[in-house]
Amino acid sequence: MISIETQKENGHDLLILRGEVDASNSVMLDQAIQKLLDDGSKSILVNGEGLEYISSAGLGVFMSYLEDLQERDIDLKIYSLTPRVFEVFKILGLDQLIPIFPDKTSAF
Amino acid sequence: MNHQIRIYCQTTALAELRVFLQKTLGDLHLPEKDQHQVTLAVEEVCANLIIHSHNCNAKDHIELEVIEAPGKLIFEITDHGEAFNLIDYESPDLKKVIGEKRKGGLGIILVKKIMDEIEFESHKGTNTCRLIKWFQA
Repeated sequence: MISIETQKENGHDLLILRGEVDASNSVMLDQAIQKLLDDGSKSILVNGEGLEYISSAGLGVFMSYLEDLQERDIDLKIYSLTPRVFEVFKILGLDQLIPIFPDKTSAF
Repeated sequence: MNHQIRIYCQTTALAELRVFLQKTLGDLHLPEKDQHQVTLAVEEVCANLIIHSHNCNAKDHIELEVIEAPGKLIFEITDHGEAFNLIDYESPDLKKVIGEKRKGGLGIILVKKIMDEIEFESHKGTNTCRLIKWFQA
């Protein structure tokens, strides 16, 4: 199960992920990011505090946007990941490609 | 003691697979970090089979057996779909994954980084993939 909520805060778009992202529901994450971009977002901050699990299907969604975001000068940051989920980002080296912050304050 | 589950080839079964693995690995007193990573690796292989070898056909199934052996755990995944030998599969470079905007290819990288040994055999239409993780006693 996954729940995705978006909020606006000081010009940033917060994408609040909760639950488990796998191959059955990663399309929802994809659609949520695409919608923020279609709506003209310049900064997407992903709150990963409630993200219990993410498989390669979900990680691949983030990866697929990296080049576009860079070309369009749009920020994508992730914060408050649990240690075990952060470990998965590190195994793939995604922590070198996506800015990851320990908490919301440091991500802003 | 061995533990087994049969799941049908639909991506919604992956949650069921995780529940089974969390219960089984929890009973084996594996550290939480290892439980999480091993669950991920097994799920990646099963997701790959469900999507690519079985085209999400819910009539097909996959079997997983978790076997305790001295100093290691063996995850034996059996199916009867198109054989996919992940040992021969060349993991894509991360930069290539980004450049091609592909959403796949990362799963196999995870499996190869998390597991200590991978075995594959295909015999008379039955494919068996063994993922082996070593543990200190």
